[in-house]
Amino acid sequence: MNTVAILLSAFVLSFVALLAFVWSQRTGLFDRSSRGAEVIFAPREIGRIEEPAATAAEQGSLQQAIDAASGASSTHAESDELVDRARADASTGPLVFFFFCCAIVWLLVASAAGLVSSIKLHEPDWLVGQAWLTFGRIRTIHLNAVAYGWAPMAGLGIAMFVIPRLLKTPLLGSRFAFAGAVLWNAALIAGLGSIAAGISDGLEWLEIPWQIGALFAVGGALIGLPLVFTLVNRKVDHLYVSVWYMACALFWLPVLFVVAKTPGLHHGVQQAAMNWWFGHNVLGLFYTPLALASVYYFLPKVIGRPIQSYNLSLLGFWGLAFFYGQVGGHHLIGGPVPEWMITLSIVQSMMMIIPVAAFTVNQYQTLQGRLSALRFSPTLRFIGVGGLMYTASSVQGSFEALRSINAVTHFTHYTVAHAHLGLYGFVSFVFFGAIYFTMPRITAREWPFPWLITAHFWLVSAGFAVYFASLTTAGWLQGQAMLDAARPFMDSVTVTLPWLKGRSVGGAMMVAGHLAFAAHFVLMVLNAGPQREKPALFRRPFGRIVENEAAG
Amino acid sequence: MNNEIKLVSGAMVMLALATSALVVLPYLQVRDTPPLPGLKPYSSAELRGREVYIANGCVYCHSQQPRARNFAPDHARGWGRATVAGDYAYDQPHLLGTMRTGPDLMNIGVRQPSEAWHLGHLFQPRAYVPDSIMPSYPFLFELKARADRDDVVVSLPAGLAPAGSVVVARPEAVDLVRYLQSLDRSYPGVAAQ
Repeated sequence: MNTVAILLSAFVLSFVALLAFVWSQRTGLFDRSSRGAEVIFAPREIGRIEEPAATAAEQGSLQQAIDAASGASSTHAESDELVDRARADASTGPLVFFFFCCAIVWLLVASAAGLVSSIKLHEPDWLVGQAWLTFGRIRTIHLNAVAYGWAPMAGLGIAMFVIPRLLKTPLLGSRFAFAGAVLWNAALIAGLGSIAAGISDGLEWLEIPWQIGALFAVGGALIGLPLVFTLVNRKVDHLYVSVWYMACALFWLPVLFVVAKTPGLHHGVQQAAMNWWFGHNVLGLFYTPLALASVYYFLPKVIGRPIQSYNLSLLGFWGLAFFYGQVGGHHLIGGPVPEWMITLSIVQSMMMIIPVAAFTVNQYQTLQGRLSALRFSPTLRFIGVGGLMYTASSVQGSFEALRSINAVTHFTHYTVAHAHLGLYGFVSFVFFGAIYFTMPRITAREWPFPWLITAHFWLVSAGFAVYFASLTTAGWLQGQAMLDAARPFMDSVTVTLPWLKGRSVGGAMMVAGHLAFAAHFVLMVLNAGPQREKPALFRRPFGRIVENEAAG
Repeated sequence: MNNEIKLVSGAMVMLALATSALVVLPYLQVRDTPPLPGLKPYSSAELRGREVYIANGCVYCHSQQPRARNFAPDHARGWGRATVAGDYAYDQPHLLGTMRTGPDLMNIGVRQPSEAWHLGHLFQPRAYVPDSIMPSYPFLFELKARADRDDVVVSLPAGLAPAGSVVVARPEAVDLVRYLQSLDRSYPGVAAQ
């Protein structure tokens, strides 16, 4: 087949499709009002903060900062909407809690495996007696515990909490999601066990044997059902930005997974192309939309101000949907795959700057003048840093796809640092923030020790800064040494050693942060620690229900 | 936006486009590329060794895809010519790799054909390459007081074998070395017309 014809037809098809979508969304695109952005607020709630993770004093300071910025004093929202929201929260509570418990267990498993892998890279004779602890297996356990454990459990838990709120409808059929989550976690335990035992399908991101993969597919479908039921039976007309991202992520993942895992379908070099179509899309079309949806919901909610430009959100969403799916080929630059495919991926990688810029400008404009809110809101601190890391990792990724830069960074630790900037700096930070917001709402308890949230934030932020700076430097030096034919290959190894040790130090700080987070979570669940007054916004709606019933 | 059907179908069309570009077209174009004339199918021992390579995650540090000379000095390092689709006709799953914490292995069988070297290197890489950060794989070997008749004894540099015992390669190690020895793409990269 003529490659130019293929490339051309792909481009033409793509553009026709994109134009069709812009046309179909035109009522939204040219709508100058921001009604779409205001659906997350009850009438008269704009200007009112919601930050259940903060102490009462912090909530007061936060409200003052917002009032000062908007030049108005806060109002009280109409209570009917808040009752709806409280009902939506109540319908999801136990389910979301279950997802978060799983997420935190996997976070700890993944942290331990990650730290062991990191240390092994500079202490190669450490823990070599057991096959399951060898670098190639424990590193893979780390990746899979993050990719199929922590990230989806946290992200789907947040989606379970946010979607009923956005649709103003209690979650329908949550027992399906319970069953699905149990199946999913059972599959993950089996999958990690297989990897430890040396049974692997052998493809990066897809190591878990396909027989177990089938369980993920069934579990994932069961988890998705309640969200579809709720979407179809919703009480609101308008779908908020976060719903677009979350709903599409839930439809994208099964296609990716089933196409990738079907046994016998892929072969040789074509399998490599498919491998990176999956590897990049599971990031771009699953974790990223779940995390972006969280930013689009929690950031405006905490500061009580709608997203500034609804049109930019549309551009960001459809841009991501269109460009992100086609960037995977940049993992094979210089490899034996068709050249047109790599070129296509490089072009689309650069095009990703459009949706990323749309997102960044939008969030910045929303926060503008209210940056002091970061001081008082733990949720916002994590989500703000996470959003910033999205911009950083995406722009870095776009440039990393260019052949001139890729020649240095490909095959080095630089890529690993970049992957962590996306999946940790962005996705995990946003999920941390969202969990801090959500837990008080679903348990009706406050976080007992605010200093632990601060410790978590600074440990993971400082730890990750050390991690990223070390590994990026290591990768760049490694790549330059490898490109210089005059230097022996071993130069590219020895030059990384001090930086690999630095990465372990950063990684250890991140693990310490996760331990603080997990301990705090357990303490909250056990109802330990000083009891303070309950978050005001949570109690009021129920108080009103009781009053209404008494009056009626 | 207020129509969920439009939203989801739009999203699926976007994914379908990406899938056609990165999965379907390569499927049509290169999936069934015939093997190059110089490429031999793997033997049973080599295939078993390939499974050991996969099980222990060698691919996370070793690529199998030398790049073209105008792109990177892979050829100058002795890693071989740039590979083409026909070089991977027997590879299921593919093991192209994305990291070079260690060197590319597409032609390791040409560069280092010695079984003794490979077995010793797997037992303790630092006995051969002093600054290597490759893990040692003691679990692929056994320590015995005396080797049996069929045992593959690993000949190690002086002072490395524990006193009073011999190091014997388990079958996995022997298979793995067979696979590594089979990695040879030194034949021409284009089929003769």
